[in-house]
Amino acid sequence: MNGVHDLGGMQGLGGVDVEGNEPVFHNPWEKAIFGTMLATMGQGMYNLDEFRHGIEVMSPAHYLTSSYYEHWLETIEKNLIEKGIIDRDELDARTQEFLKDPAAPVPQREDPELAESLSRLVRSGASTRREVSAKPQFEVGDRVRTRNVHPRGHTRLPQYVRDKQGVVERVYDAFVLPDANAHGEGENPQYVYSVRFEAEEVWGDSAEPREVVYVDLWESYLEPL
Amino acid sequence: MSETYNGHDHPHEETRTGAESALYASRIRAIEALLVERGILTKEEVRRQIEYMEARSPANGAKLVARAWTDPEFKARLLSDTKAAARELGIDASGPVEFLTVENTPEVHNLIVCTLCSCYPRAILGRPPDWYKSFAYRSRAVSEPRAVMREFGLELPMDVTVAVHDSSADVRYMVLPMRPPGAEGMDEEELARLVTRNSLIGVSVPLEPGLAG
Repeated sequence: MNGVHDLGGMQGLGGVDVEGNEPVFHNPWEKAIFGTMLATMGQGMYNLDEFRHGIEVMSPAHYLTSSYYEHWLETIEKNLIEKGIIDRDELDARTQEFLKDPAAPVPQREDPELAESLSRLVRSGASTRREVSAKPQFEVGDRVRTRNVHPRGHTRLPQYVRDKQGVVERVYDAFVLPDANAHGEGENPQYVYSVRFEAEEVWGDSAEPREVVYVDLWESYLEPL
Repeated sequence: MSETYNGHDHPHEETRTGAESALYASRIRAIEALLVERGILTKEEVRRQIEYMEARSPANGAKLVARAWTDPEFKARLLSDTKAAARELGIDASGPVEFLTVENTPEVHNLIVCTLCSCYPRAILGRPPDWYKSFAYRSRAVSEPRAVMREFGLELPMDVTVAVHDSSADVRYMVLPMRPPGAEGMDEEELARLVTRNSLIGVSVPLEPGLAG
Protein backbone atom coordinates (compact mmCIF):
# COMPACT_ATOMS: atom_id res chain seq x y z
CA MET A 1 0.00 0.00 0.00
CA ASN A 2 1.08 3.59 -0.57
CA GLY A 3 1.47 4.10 3.15
CA VAL A 4 3.50 6.44 5.28
CA HIS A 5 5.85 3.56 6.15
CA ASP A 6 7.18 3.68 2.58
CA LEU A 7 9.72 6.35 3.42
CA GLY A 8 12.32 6.18 0.64
CA GLY A 9 12.89 9.69 -0.70
CA MET A 10 10.42 11.38 1.63
CA GLN A 11 11.54 14.85 2.70
CA GLY A 12 11.18 17.00 5.77
CA LEU A 13 11.99 14.35 8.35
CA GLY A 14 15.09 16.13 9.59
CA GLY A 15 18.67 15.10 10.15
CA VAL A 16 19.78 11.76 11.50
CA ASP A 17 19.80 12.12 15.25
CA VAL A 18 22.44 9.89 16.78
CA GLU A 19 22.07 9.24 20.47
CA GLY A 20 25.34 8.81 22.36
CA ASN A 21 25.63 5.73 24.60
CA GLU A 22 22.25 4.56 23.47
CA PRO A 23 20.72 1.98 25.81
CA VAL A 24 19.56 -1.30 24.30
CA PHE A 25 16.06 -0.61 25.56
CA HIS A 26 14.80 2.72 26.82
CA ASN A 27 12.02 1.15 28.87
CA PRO A 28 11.48 -2.34 30.32
CA TRP A 29 8.24 -2.68 28.33
CA GLU A 30 10.23 -2.45 25.08
CA LYS A 31 12.10 -5.56 26.10
CA ALA A 32 8.82 -7.31 26.88
CA ILE A 33 7.42 -6.34 23.47
CA PHE A 34 10.59 -7.54 21.78
CA GLY A 35 10.56 -10.94 23.49
CA THR A 36 6.84 -11.45 22.98
CA MET A 37 7.14 -10.65 19.28
CA LEU A 38 9.94 -13.18 18.79
CA ALA A 39 8.07 -15.83 20.72
CA THR A 40 4.66 -15.36 19.13
CA MET A 41 5.87 -14.97 15.56
CA GLY A 42 8.38 -17.76 16.10
CA GLN A 43 5.48 -20.03 16.91
CA GLY A 44 3.71 -19.05 13.73
CA MET A 45 0.82 -17.22 15.41
CA TYR A 46 1.29 -14.76 12.53
CA ASN A 47 3.90 -14.43 9.83
CA LEU A 48 6.43 -11.67 9.19
CA ASP A 49 4.40 -10.20 6.33
CA GLU A 50 1.27 -10.02 8.47
CA PHE A 51 3.40 -8.46 11.20
CA ARG A 52 4.72 -5.78 8.83
CA HIS A 53 1.32 -5.09 7.32
CA GLY A 54 -0.15 -4.60 10.78
CA ILE A 55 2.26 -1.68 11.18
CA GLU A 56 1.56 -0.30 7.70
CA VAL A 57 -2.17 0.02 8.35
CA MET A 58 -1.66 2.19 11.43
CA SER A 59 -3.01 5.70 10.83
CA PRO A 60 -0.23 7.85 9.35
CA ALA A 61 -0.39 10.34 12.21
CA HIS A 62 -0.07 7.58 14.76
CA TYR A 63 2.75 5.89 12.83
CA LEU A 64 4.81 9.08 12.67
CA THR A 65 4.30 9.99 16.32
CA SER A 66 4.97 6.61 17.83
CA SER A 67 8.20 4.75 18.30
CA TYR A 68 9.57 1.53 16.89
CA TYR A 69 8.40 -0.77 19.70
CA GLU A 70 5.03 0.95 19.86
CA HIS A 71 4.61 -0.07 16.22
CA TRP A 72 5.43 -3.62 17.26
CA LEU A 73 2.92 -3.56 20.10
CA GLU A 74 0.20 -2.33 17.72
CA THR A 75 0.74 -5.12 15.22
CA ILE A 76 1.23 -7.90 17.79
CA GLU A 77 -2.08 -6.93 19.35
CA LYS A 78 -3.87 -6.57 16.01
CA ASN A 79 -2.63 -9.91 14.71
CA LEU A 80 -3.39 -11.86 17.90
CA ILE A 81 -6.92 -10.42 17.97
CA GLU A 82 -7.57 -11.02 14.26
CA LYS A 83 -6.38 -14.60 14.56
CA GLY A 84 -8.75 -15.12 17.46
CA ILE A 85 -5.89 -15.93 19.84
CA ILE A 86 -6.86 -13.20 22.26
CA ASP A 87 -10.04 -11.19 22.61
CA ARG A 88 -10.03 -7.38 22.51
CA ASP A 89 -12.41 -6.89 25.44
CA GLU A 90 -10.48 -9.36 27.50
CA LEU A 91 -7.23 -7.60 26.61
CA ASP A 92 -8.67 -4.18 27.48
CA ALA A 93 -9.97 -5.44 30.81
CA ARG A 94 -6.66 -7.06 31.64
CA THR A 95 -4.75 -3.92 30.64
CA GLN A 96 -6.91 -1.87 33.02
CA GLU A 97 -6.14 -4.29 35.82
CA PHE A 98 -2.40 -3.94 35.28
CA LEU A 99 -2.76 -0.16 35.05
CA LYS A 100 -4.46 -0.09 38.44
CA ASP A 101 -2.00 -2.50 39.95
CA PRO A 102 1.29 -2.58 38.05
CA ALA A 103 2.63 -5.06 40.58
CA ALA A 104 -0.11 -7.61 39.81
CA PRO A 105 1.61 -10.88 39.01
CA VAL A 106 1.76 -12.19 35.46
CA PRO A 107 0.83 -15.88 35.72
CA GLN A 108 3.87 -18.09 35.86
CA ARG A 109 3.75 -21.22 33.81
CA GLU A 110 6.86 -23.34 33.58
CA ASP A 111 6.93 -25.66 30.64
CA PRO A 112 10.55 -26.31 29.69
CA GLU A 113 9.52 -28.64 26.90
CA LEU A 114 7.32 -26.06 25.23
CA ALA A 115 9.98 -23.38 25.70
CA GLU A 116 12.64 -25.63 24.20
CA SER A 117 10.64 -26.60 21.14
CA LEU A 118 9.63 -23.02 20.49
CA SER A 119 13.21 -21.82 20.84
CA ARG A 120 14.33 -24.36 18.27
CA LEU A 121 11.61 -23.21 15.93
CA VAL A 122 12.65 -19.58 16.15
CA ARG A 123 16.33 -20.33 15.78
CA SER A 124 16.11 -22.64 12.83
CA GLY A 125 13.55 -20.16 11.63
CA ALA A 126 10.65 -20.30 9.33
CA SER A 127 12.63 -19.64 6.17
CA THR A 128 10.59 -18.22 3.33
CA ARG A 129 12.91 -19.67 0.70
CA ARG A 130 11.14 -22.19 -1.56
CA GLU A 131 12.07 -24.61 -4.30
CA VAL A 132 10.20 -23.83 -7.50
CA SER A 133 10.25 -25.81 -10.73
CA ALA A 134 10.17 -22.79 -13.02
CA LYS A 135 13.39 -21.15 -14.19
CA PRO A 136 14.04 -17.51 -13.34
CA GLN A 137 12.51 -15.21 -15.94
CA PHE A 138 15.47 -12.82 -15.79
CA GLU A 139 19.25 -13.21 -15.89
CA VAL A 140 22.06 -11.09 -14.55
CA GLY A 141 22.47 -8.11 -16.87
CA ASP A 142 18.87 -8.09 -18.09
CA ARG A 143 17.26 -4.68 -18.31
CA VAL A 144 13.94 -4.53 -16.52
CA ARG A 145 11.25 -2.05 -15.63
CA THR A 146 9.41 -2.10 -12.34
CA ARG A 147 5.66 -2.17 -12.71
CA ASN A 148 3.56 0.92 -12.20
CA VAL A 149 1.31 -0.67 -9.61
CA HIS A 150 -0.39 0.66 -6.50
CA PRO A 151 -1.61 -2.36 -4.57
CA ARG A 152 -3.86 -1.56 -1.62
CA GLY A 153 -2.41 -4.43 0.37
CA HIS A 154 1.09 -5.29 1.51
CA THR A 155 3.95 -5.09 -0.97
CA ARG A 156 7.74 -4.87 -0.84
CA LEU A 157 8.00 -2.78 -3.97
CA PRO A 158 8.81 0.69 -2.64
CA GLN A 159 7.13 3.65 -4.35
CA TYR A 160 10.39 5.39 -5.21
CA VAL A 161 11.38 2.56 -7.56
CA ARG A 162 8.05 1.99 -9.29
CA ASP A 163 7.91 2.42 -13.06
CA LYS A 164 11.73 2.72 -13.17
CA GLN A 165 14.31 1.07 -15.36
CA GLY A 166 17.08 -0.98 -13.85
CA VAL A 167 19.46 -3.85 -14.44
CA VAL A 168 19.39 -7.26 -12.79
CA GLU A 169 22.52 -7.48 -10.66
CA ARG A 170 21.88 -10.80 -8.88
CA VAL A 171 19.41 -13.62 -9.11
CA TYR A 172 18.45 -14.99 -5.70
CA ASP A 173 16.41 -18.10 -4.95
CA ALA A 174 12.63 -18.11 -4.91
CA PHE A 175 10.91 -16.75 -1.81
CA VAL A 176 7.35 -16.55 -0.55
CA LEU A 177 5.63 -13.49 -2.05
CA PRO A 178 4.85 -11.03 0.76
CA ASP A 179 1.97 -9.51 -1.21
CA ALA A 180 0.11 -12.84 -0.95
CA ASN A 181 1.46 -14.12 2.35
CA ALA A 182 0.38 -11.01 4.26
CA HIS A 183 -3.24 -11.64 3.35
CA GLY A 184 -3.71 -15.36 3.77
CA GLU A 185 -3.53 -15.84 0.01
CA GLY A 186 -0.94 -18.57 0.04
CA GLU A 187 2.77 -18.39 -0.65
CA ASN A 188 3.07 -17.89 -4.42
CA PRO A 189 6.89 -18.22 -4.25
CA GLN A 190 8.82 -16.29 -6.88
CA TYR A 191 12.43 -15.55 -7.71
CA VAL A 192 13.89 -12.46 -6.10
CA TYR A 193 16.34 -10.22 -7.94
CA SER A 194 18.73 -7.55 -6.82
CA VAL A 195 17.99 -4.78 -9.29
CA ARG A 196 20.39 -1.87 -9.76
CA PHE A 197 18.96 1.57 -10.43
CA GLU A 198 21.01 4.60 -11.38
CA ALA A 199 20.23 7.48 -9.02
CA GLU A 200 19.36 9.74 -11.99
CA GLU A 201 16.66 7.28 -13.07
CA VAL A 202 15.11 7.43 -9.62
CA TRP A 203 15.73 11.01 -8.48
CA GLY A 204 16.22 12.90 -11.74
CA ASP A 205 18.18 16.13 -11.42
CA SER A 206 18.09 15.89 -7.64
CA ALA A 207 20.33 12.81 -7.66
CA GLU A 208 23.67 13.03 -5.91
CA PRO A 209 26.67 12.31 -8.15
CA ARG A 210 27.68 8.69 -8.63
CA GLU A 211 25.00 6.86 -6.71
CA VAL A 212 23.37 3.55 -7.47
CA VAL A 213 20.55 1.95 -5.49
CA TYR A 214 20.08 -1.80 -5.23
CA VAL A 215 16.61 -3.02 -4.34
CA ASP A 216 15.60 -6.67 -3.89
CA LEU A 217 12.44 -7.32 -5.89
CA TRP A 218 10.15 -10.27 -6.54
CA GLU A 219 9.71 -11.41 -10.14
CA SER A 220 6.12 -10.19 -10.49
CA TYR A 221 7.26 -6.65 -9.64
CA LEU A 222 9.29 -6.60 -12.87
CA GLU A 223 8.67 -6.62 -16.59
CA PRO A 224 11.25 -7.13 -19.31
CA LEU A 225 12.52 -4.16 -21.28
CA MET B 1 25.38 18.10 12.54
CA SER B 2 23.76 21.46 11.85
CA GLU B 3 20.53 19.83 10.76
CA THR B 4 20.26 17.52 13.73
CA TYR B 5 16.64 17.23 14.56
CA ASN B 6 15.99 18.31 18.08
CA GLY B 7 12.33 19.17 17.76
CA HIS B 8 10.43 16.53 19.63
CA ASP B 9 7.77 15.94 17.07
CA HIS B 10 9.49 12.68 16.26
CA PRO B 11 9.09 9.87 18.70
CA HIS B 12 11.80 8.80 21.05
CA GLU B 13 11.03 6.21 23.63
CA GLU B 14 12.54 8.31 26.38
CA THR B 15 10.17 11.19 25.62
CA ARG B 16 7.12 9.11 26.44
CA THR B 17 5.19 10.42 29.39
CA GLY B 18 4.79 8.32 32.49
CA ALA B 19 1.14 7.70 31.61
CA GLU B 20 1.94 6.46 28.11
CA SER B 21 4.75 4.31 29.40
CA ALA B 22 2.45 2.80 32.02
CA LEU B 23 -0.16 2.04 29.37
CA TYR B 24 2.31 0.26 27.07
CA ALA B 25 3.75 -1.68 29.98
CA SER B 26 0.26 -2.76 31.02
CA ARG B 27 -0.78 -3.73 27.50
CA ILE B 28 2.19 -5.97 26.85
CA ARG B 29 1.82 -7.52 30.32
CA ALA B 30 -1.83 -8.19 29.56
CA ILE B 31 -0.94 -9.86 26.25
CA GLU B 32 1.69 -11.97 27.95
CA ALA B 33 -0.69 -12.95 30.74
CA LEU B 34 -3.43 -14.01 28.32
CA LEU B 35 -1.04 -16.09 26.21
CA VAL B 36 0.49 -17.76 29.26
CA GLU B 37 -2.96 -18.61 30.59
CA ARG B 38 -3.90 -20.17 27.28
CA GLY B 39 -0.85 -22.37 27.56
CA ILE B 40 0.73 -21.14 24.33
CA LEU B 41 3.52 -19.04 25.76
CA THR B 42 5.88 -19.32 28.68
CA LYS B 43 7.86 -16.59 30.41
CA GLU B 44 10.86 -18.84 29.95
CA GLU B 45 10.42 -18.77 26.19
CA VAL B 46 10.24 -14.99 26.08
CA ARG B 47 13.37 -14.82 28.23
CA ARG B 48 15.24 -17.25 25.95
CA GLN B 49 14.34 -15.28 22.86
CA ILE B 50 15.68 -12.12 24.41
CA GLU B 51 18.86 -13.91 25.48
CA TYR B 52 19.39 -15.38 22.04
CA MET B 53 19.21 -11.96 20.45
CA GLU B 54 21.27 -10.31 23.17
CA ALA B 55 24.11 -12.71 22.42
CA ARG B 56 24.50 -11.01 19.02
CA SER B 57 26.53 -7.83 18.75
CA PRO B 58 28.60 -5.77 16.34
CA ALA B 59 31.64 -7.59 17.78
CA ASN B 60 30.63 -10.52 15.55
CA GLY B 61 30.86 -8.32 12.48
CA ALA B 62 34.19 -6.91 13.62
CA LYS B 63 35.59 -10.42 14.00
CA LEU B 64 34.51 -11.36 10.48
CA VAL B 65 36.02 -8.20 9.03
CA ALA B 66 39.32 -8.55 10.89
CA ARG B 67 39.70 -12.12 9.65
CA ALA B 68 38.84 -11.08 6.10
CA TRP B 69 41.53 -8.38 6.25
CA THR B 70 44.19 -10.90 7.24
CA ASP B 71 43.10 -13.98 5.28
CA PRO B 72 42.23 -13.52 1.59
CA GLU B 73 40.73 -16.99 1.31
CA PHE B 74 38.44 -16.33 4.25
CA LYS B 75 37.50 -13.03 2.66
CA ALA B 76 36.47 -14.85 -0.51
CA ARG B 77 34.32 -17.23 1.53
CA LEU B 78 32.78 -14.34 3.48
CA LEU B 79 31.79 -12.65 0.24
CA SER B 80 30.40 -15.82 -1.32
CA ASP B 81 28.67 -17.37 1.73
CA THR B 82 28.47 -15.14 4.77
CA LYS B 83 26.59 -17.61 6.97
CA ALA B 84 29.15 -20.37 6.39
CA ALA B 85 32.05 -17.96 7.00
CA ALA B 86 30.40 -16.83 10.24
CA ARG B 87 30.06 -20.46 11.34
CA GLU B 88 33.80 -20.93 10.83
CA LEU B 89 34.39 -18.29 13.51
CA GLY B 90 31.82 -19.80 15.85
CA ILE B 91 29.17 -17.20 15.06
CA ASP B 92 25.75 -18.81 14.80
CA ALA B 93 23.94 -16.81 12.13
CA SER B 94 21.43 -19.55 11.49
CA GLY B 95 17.98 -18.25 10.92
CA PRO B 96 15.47 -17.68 8.20
CA VAL B 97 17.19 -14.86 6.36
CA GLU B 98 20.03 -14.85 3.86
CA PHE B 99 23.15 -12.75 4.24
CA LEU B 100 25.27 -10.93 1.75
CA THR B 101 28.50 -9.14 2.61
CA VAL B 102 29.28 -6.27 0.24
CA GLU B 103 32.87 -5.12 -0.11
CA ASN B 104 34.04 -1.52 -0.06
CA THR B 105 36.81 -0.76 -2.55
CA PRO B 106 38.62 2.42 -3.58
CA GLU B 107 35.92 2.73 -6.29
CA VAL B 108 32.71 1.71 -4.45
CA HIS B 109 31.38 2.52 -1.00
CA ASN B 110 28.37 0.56 0.25
CA LEU B 111 25.60 1.78 2.52
CA ILE B 112 22.79 -0.32 4.04
CA VAL B 113 19.24 0.80 4.73
CA CYS B 114 15.70 -0.54 4.90
CA THR B 115 13.25 2.10 3.66
CA LEU B 116 10.08 0.07 4.28
CA CYS B 117 10.75 -1.06 7.84
CA SER B 118 14.06 -1.64 9.61
CA CYS B 119 15.57 -4.87 8.23
CA TYR B 120 19.07 -5.30 9.59
CA PRO B 121 21.57 -8.19 9.85
CA ARG B 122 20.38 -8.98 13.38
CA ALA B 123 21.44 -12.62 13.44
CA ILE B 124 25.05 -11.39 13.22
CA LEU B 125 25.09 -7.83 14.59
CA GLY B 126 22.19 -7.91 17.05
CA ARG B 127 19.67 -5.11 17.21
CA PRO B 128 20.03 -2.02 15.05
CA PRO B 129 20.84 1.35 16.61
CA ASP B 130 17.90 3.75 16.96
CA TRP B 131 19.12 6.08 14.23
CA TYR B 132 19.03 3.19 11.73
CA LYS B 133 15.33 2.79 12.49
CA SER B 134 14.65 6.54 12.35
CA PHE B 135 12.34 8.07 9.74
CA ALA B 136 15.13 10.48 8.78
CA TYR B 137 17.65 7.76 7.96
CA ARG B 138 15.14 5.51 6.19
CA SER B 139 13.89 8.36 3.99
CA ARG B 140 17.21 9.98 3.16
CA ALA B 141 19.76 7.15 2.83
CA VAL B 142 18.46 6.30 -0.65
CA SER B 143 17.97 9.85 -1.95
CA GLU B 144 20.92 11.71 -0.41
CA PRO B 145 23.37 9.15 0.97
CA ARG B 146 26.36 11.50 0.77
CA ALA B 147 24.56 14.12 2.85
CA VAL B 148 23.66 11.47 5.41
CA MET B 149 27.22 10.14 5.62
CA ARG B 150 28.48 13.71 6.00
CA GLU B 151 26.34 14.02 9.12
CA PHE B 152 28.26 11.03 10.45
CA GLY B 153 31.53 12.79 9.59
CA LEU B 154 32.27 10.82 6.43
CA GLU B 155 33.09 12.84 3.32
CA LEU B 156 33.61 10.52 0.37
CA PRO B 157 35.61 11.61 -2.68
CA MET B 158 33.29 12.47 -5.58
CA ASP B 159 34.87 9.81 -7.82
CA VAL B 160 33.75 7.05 -5.45
CA THR B 161 30.45 5.41 -6.36
CA VAL B 162 27.97 5.17 -3.49
CA ALA B 163 26.07 1.87 -3.66
CA VAL B 164 22.99 1.93 -1.44
CA HIS B 165 21.36 -1.40 -0.61
CA ASP B 166 17.68 -1.18 0.32
CA SER B 167 16.98 -4.40 2.26
CA SER B 168 13.52 -4.91 0.84
CA ALA B 169 13.37 -8.72 0.72
CA ASP B 170 14.86 -11.69 2.58
CA VAL B 171 18.54 -10.82 2.21
CA ARG B 172 20.34 -8.90 4.92
CA TYR B 173 23.42 -6.90 4.05
CA MET B 174 26.62 -6.17 5.89
CA VAL B 175 29.51 -4.01 4.70
CA LEU B 176 33.10 -5.25 4.53
CA PRO B 177 34.91 -1.94 4.99
CA MET B 178 38.44 -1.24 3.73
CA ARG B 179 41.36 -1.77 6.08
CA PRO B 180 42.39 1.67 7.32
CA PRO B 181 45.84 3.09 6.55
CA GLY B 182 48.41 2.47 9.26
CA ALA B 183 46.91 -0.88 10.29
CA GLU B 184 49.51 -2.99 8.47
CA GLY B 185 51.28 -4.57 11.41
CA MET B 186 48.24 -5.20 13.56
CA ASP B 187 46.94 -8.62 14.51
CA GLU B 188 43.35 -9.77 14.17
CA GLU B 189 42.29 -8.77 17.65
CA GLU B 190 43.73 -5.29 17.28
CA LEU B 191 42.14 -4.94 13.86
CA ALA B 192 38.73 -5.97 15.18
CA ARG B 193 38.83 -3.03 17.60
CA LEU B 194 38.97 -0.65 14.63
CA VAL B 195 35.72 -1.97 13.18
CA THR B 196 32.75 0.01 14.46
CA ARG B 197 29.10 -0.86 14.05
CA ASN B 198 28.65 2.23 11.88
CA SER B 199 31.38 1.02 9.53
CA LEU B 200 29.52 -2.29 9.11
CA ILE B 201 26.42 -0.34 8.03
CA GLY B 202 28.44 2.02 5.85
CA VAL B 203 27.79 5.42 7.44
CA SER B 204 31.40 5.48 8.63
CA VAL B 205 34.73 3.87 7.92
CA PRO B 206 36.81 1.95 10.49
CA LEU B 207 38.80 3.87 13.07
CA GLU B 208 42.39 4.64 12.24
CA PRO B 209 45.05 3.10 14.49
CA GLY B 210 45.88 5.45 17.32
CA LEU B 211 42.30 6.69 17.44
CA ALA B 212 40.86 3.38 18.58
CA GLY B 213 40.11 3.29 22.28
